[in-house]
Amino acid sequence: MAVSFLLDGERVDLDTLDPTGSVLDFLRTTLRRTGTKEGCAEGDCGACTVLVGALHEGGVRWRALNACIQFLPMLHGKALLTVESLCADGVPNSLQACMAGNGASQCGFCTPGFVMSLYGRAIGACGSELPVADVIAGNLCRCTGYGPILEAGELVSCLPREDGELAAKLAKIAGTPASGEWQGRRWFAPVTAGELAALLAEHPGATLVAGATDVGLWVNKGLRTLDTVIFLGDIAELATITESEDALVLGANVRHADAHAALARLHPDLGELWRRFAALQVRNAGTVGGNIANGSPIGDGPPALIALGAELTLRSAQGRRTLPLEDYFIDYGKQDRQPGEFVESVRIPRPAVNAVIHMAKLSRRFDSDISAVCGALALTLEDGVIASARLAFGGMAATPRRAAACEAALVGQPFSLATMERGAEALRADFTPLTDVRGSSDYRLEAAGNLLRRLYLREQGVAISVLDMEAIDG
Amino acid sequence: MAERDRAAAADAAMPVLEKPGHPHESAHLHVTGAARYADDLSEPEGMLHLAFGQSSQAHAKIVAMDLSAVRAAPGVFAVYTAADIPGANDVAPVAHDDPLLAEGAVLSHGQALFLVAATSRDAARRAARLGKIEYAPLPAAITAAQARAADSLIEPTQRMARGDALAALETAPHRLKGGFAMGGQDHFYLEGQIAVATPGEDGQVHLVSSTQHPSEVQHLVAHLLGLTSADVTVEVRRMGGAFGGKETQAALFAGAAALVAAKTGRPAKFRADRDDDMVMTGKRHPFDVAYEVGFDAQGKLLALDLFLSSPCGASVDLSPAINDRAMFHADNCYYLPDVLITSERLKTNTVSATAFRGFGGPQGMLAIERILDDVAAHLGRDPLDLRVANLYAPGRNETPYGMTVADNIAPEMIAHVRQSANYDARSKAIAAFNAQSPVIKRGIALTPVKFGISFTTTHLNQAGALIHVYADGSIQVNHGGTEMGQGVYVKVAQVVADVFGVPLASIRCTATRTDKVPNTSATAASSGADLNGMAAYNAAMTIRARLETFLARTFGCGEDAVRFTPEGVLAGDARMTFGELARRAHMGRISLSSTGFYATPDIAYDRAAHKGRPFYYFAYGVSVSEVAVDTLTGEHKVLAVDVLHDVGASLNPAIDKGQIEGGFVQGQGWLTTEELVWHADGRLLTHSPATYKIPTASDRPRRLSIELWDGQNVEPTINRSKAVGEPPFMLAISVFSALNRAVAAAAPQVRALPPLDAPATPEAILKAIAAHRRAAGGVHA
Repeated sequence: MAVSFLLDGERVDLDTLDPTGSVLDFLRTTLRRTGTKEGCAEGDCGACTVLVGALHEGGVRWRALNACIQFLPMLHGKALLTVESLCADGVPNSLQACMAGNGASQCGFCTPGFVMSLYGRAIGACGSELPVADVIAGNLCRCTGYGPILEAGELVSCLPREDGELAAKLAKIAGTPASGEWQGRRWFAPVTAGELAALLAEHPGATLVAGATDVGLWVNKGLRTLDTVIFLGDIAELATITESEDALVLGANVRHADAHAALARLHPDLGELWRRFAALQVRNAGTVGGNIANGSPIGDGPPALIALGAELTLRSAQGRRTLPLEDYFIDYGKQDRQPGEFVESVRIPRPAVNAVIHMAKLSRRFDSDISAVCGALALTLEDGVIASARLAFGGMAATPRRAAACEAALVGQPFSLATMERGAEALRADFTPLTDVRGSSDYRLEAAGNLLRRLYLREQGVAISVLDMEAIDG
Repeated sequence: MAERDRAAAADAAMPVLEKPGHPHESAHLHVTGAARYADDLSEPEGMLHLAFGQSSQAHAKIVAMDLSAVRAAPGVFAVYTAADIPGANDVAPVAHDDPLLAEGAVLSHGQALFLVAATSRDAARRAARLGKIEYAPLPAAITAAQARAADSLIEPTQRMARGDALAALETAPHRLKGGFAMGGQDHFYLEGQIAVATPGEDGQVHLVSSTQHPSEVQHLVAHLLGLTSADVTVEVRRMGGAFGGKETQAALFAGAAALVAAKTGRPAKFRADRDDDMVMTGKRHPFDVAYEVGFDAQGKLLALDLFLSSPCGASVDLSPAINDRAMFHADNCYYLPDVLITSERLKTNTVSATAFRGFGGPQGMLAIERILDDVAAHLGRDPLDLRVANLYAPGRNETPYGMTVADNIAPEMIAHVRQSANYDARSKAIAAFNAQSPVIKRGIALTPVKFGISFTTTHLNQAGALIHVYADGSIQVNHGGTEMGQGVYVKVAQVVADVFGVPLASIRCTATRTDKVPNTSATAASSGADLNGMAAYNAAMTIRARLETFLARTFGCGEDAVRFTPEGVLAGDARMTFGELARRAHMGRISLSSTGFYATPDIAYDRAAHKGRPFYYFAYGVSVSEVAVDTLTGEHKVLAVDVLHDVGASLNPAIDKGQIEGGFVQGQGWLTTEELVWHADGRLLTHSPATYKIPTASDRPRRLSIELWDGQNVEPTINRSKAVGEPPFMLAISVFSALNRAVAAAAPQVRALPPLDAPATPEAILKAIAAHRRAAGGVHA
């Protein structure tokens, strides 16, 4: 198989490679370019953060990604920057110099990853509109306590970059996708949804890879061998965001980072949920469609989208079908996706003007964590009475699911704390959550019920989030 | 010269003053990716990569191991079991009870059974999963309760006592019983465990190991291979974080790499996968605390019967000393008149718990701070007033282990922060806020830190250094301290630069190696700069004395007319650069190389009696934390933190502040987000950053101010500085105390402390709120 990309603007052509080898291993082992570190090999620590650029509107759009869970063929047609790219002849750039002078490194092992995340922010990479702390939420440091890193990020927040020449070079290699075979294992990279449908009809057992934020772990941690991979990243028609007066339609290939702004425009809680969705490197890779198709009971996308009444469109060589998103999730590890089908898009209706919505992700840590409970509550009110209720939860059952008994307990009732109390009680009929590493059954039920109280109290103007609190003036 | 005289000379040579904040000596390499860690070194031809086959049982006899599929797997070069070890199958620091590879039985889940060497890391990892092991399960003690029920201990229960606590309890006007639990903590160094072994001639082995204790790795590898220490060289230029997790735990991986190198004659690298690392290496000890405390109406403590219990895991490791340190810190800054501290060290079938920043100190200190919070809640008093009332003071200045607190600056420091952080006004404002905020409750707390500095195993308090001055005036500095990010290299380099009056850029720090400085202690117990700084100072002074004699002779002046200044070396009327002097001295056949040695004076400890002076001095700190808690979800946020910390006369304020902030946030993680969860069958469920959550940038307190106490060490340490590695970790106890107060505000009428355990996860907080409210129901129903 053949893969071509630009490293520091220089073309790299590979014709033999393990299709599920990681970009990180290629950098460290093949090139012995060792500035990029492996901290966890599962996309959770950010020590391997690199910047990957793609052609976009004539320029180059950069993204911070975890090199440990990027398969090497995913780099095809892209530009790659690593920490070594930033210093000419060993002279640190201004961000690096600022970090060095500001005590932003102690053991130094996480430092290259922070440099790349902050450099991405400074050059306007995807997600760079976010505050510094959000941009580095996917970078763990165990030594510094983060203060000097945050300061450096604030101090060097804009570094102009001229990418015209790079864009021209990229244009030369971006046309032909990487496809091929290595030791009997195949990698396909279709460029249209039609091609994908045909490929999937031919290889119904193929592994579909969009961002590899989950499949990367199958390989790195599960040591799985993937015989046939179909990579979705080159299918532009699946990466469209369509906002209309009545709905937001996200193609399956839309990355979480790109969906963030449009989702925030639907409702601020949705924006906040996506801000806390994994971390930027993962949002830059993972897709909305992948988060749904994957079928995880603890994905943060489905509960929110189900509560808003989203519909899912599946496609195959035989055509399309559309179903309510909640119907897609049948049981643990089982979804309503037939052989040959793939997720094409999800349509999210705009909330009604009389909607009252609260979405919350409860986890041990605010940033870059997996929910113990993800609750999405959408009510409509008419004359102080709850006219409709769509409540969906993640982490409460084997699938993301609506809370039918709770919804029934709410609809037709006055919008009051007492109603919410009854709704919370009814949740116990809806769910018998597991006790697992993220939380006990009791905690999940109690906290989920309290989200109903929270929704009501917030509407009454009560402060409900510790994230909104400032210290008492000392 | 006696150490004390040397130290006094150091004062004269290096006037006590606040030094400039030089950046970390590798900062420019860190930020450019040019700093080389063990895995970054180029790999020689033929290098083998290693992985362990691991136990799937917590406690079992090994009936049979069928490794045929492992041997037949692609890329496998060799597979070894315990039977292949030529020497002692042991990688334990003290008790010889940690086999490299299991023999006969396994004692914890994940324990190494066999070792695979393959042509790639991937091949080794895949093959390691193919072992067919037949086990005969044995009863396993996974929890502390199970171990206690089985009377399973790693050593006899220890008692430290003064007076008669039980009699004093009988006569105390008030008595209170209580207890709580605190969790362990994974180190989560960003660079995982790694070792690279290269075979040399005549059976020798060279190791690059990410270890805080190169000498111990050297000794263990020598025993393992049946070699002498002189045959084994261990080198460590830097670690990507350690925090105690590479004090004893590195030996497992280094031992494996050395075994393969010795057996195959090929270089061998063991780089542990993160998940395997978290499963196979030890963590901070969790503790259960139970107490009965007697006090008067003003909250003055009169008697304390304190019971500390920690599951130490499957082997002894450093648990005796760690649990001792918990006992040493169960007083913190407070005078405990009649006290009995009982410390139970349980043996469990979990990975052996090990050193972690603070080394038991945080656990002991959290216990007494919790007790004071409990007494305050019981009396309805501000906990800070109680803390102040119980501080060490003249006439009340002897610790439970009989050491006099000679430098008691805690009262002054507390008074300073109470005012600078506006504690009293904010407490009032917080009470007012809580009264009108139904969901969010705030809490504030001030807690002090007094941390004993020295290895409590007295003989470990020694260090060596080796300094070369080259004829061009450049200087190489080497010492037994290892660099894990804490900045010991730059601090020691500063000491040497000051002795010779040269700029820091003239000093080249070289990798810590057992063939340069022998028989070193671990870089641990916060002692790195204290011990190695003084050893390097002594080495530099030896060379300087030779140069002074040489100059006096050459220029016909007195030795006291020789000065080493930033403007050059002065000898009478002559002036020259240090480089010129070095060249002249070389031509004059003066030795420009010297070792240096230092042993901490004045310390002695009788462990059998738990009496003596285990510490050279104490380092202090004070912090105030304000938090907000969501009473519906249990989420919390640390809103503001004010720290005042005592580093004596700082060697490097920038480095020290970095240690303080980093230590604080790490301590905050221990007490809040970092929860270790074990399955009933002994598997660690939180074995990756996906499930084990250390703080991220946004967890850092929104406002964090750090001030250094303006003072100097009463003992003649290097530059009159104080150790800084561990003490700041315990500043985070104020976060936990503040969380308790915020939780208590959910039912302010209850005169008791909410039953909050650490870590204060959202679930733990919500549970404590519910219990506290139930207590309110009981009181007022």
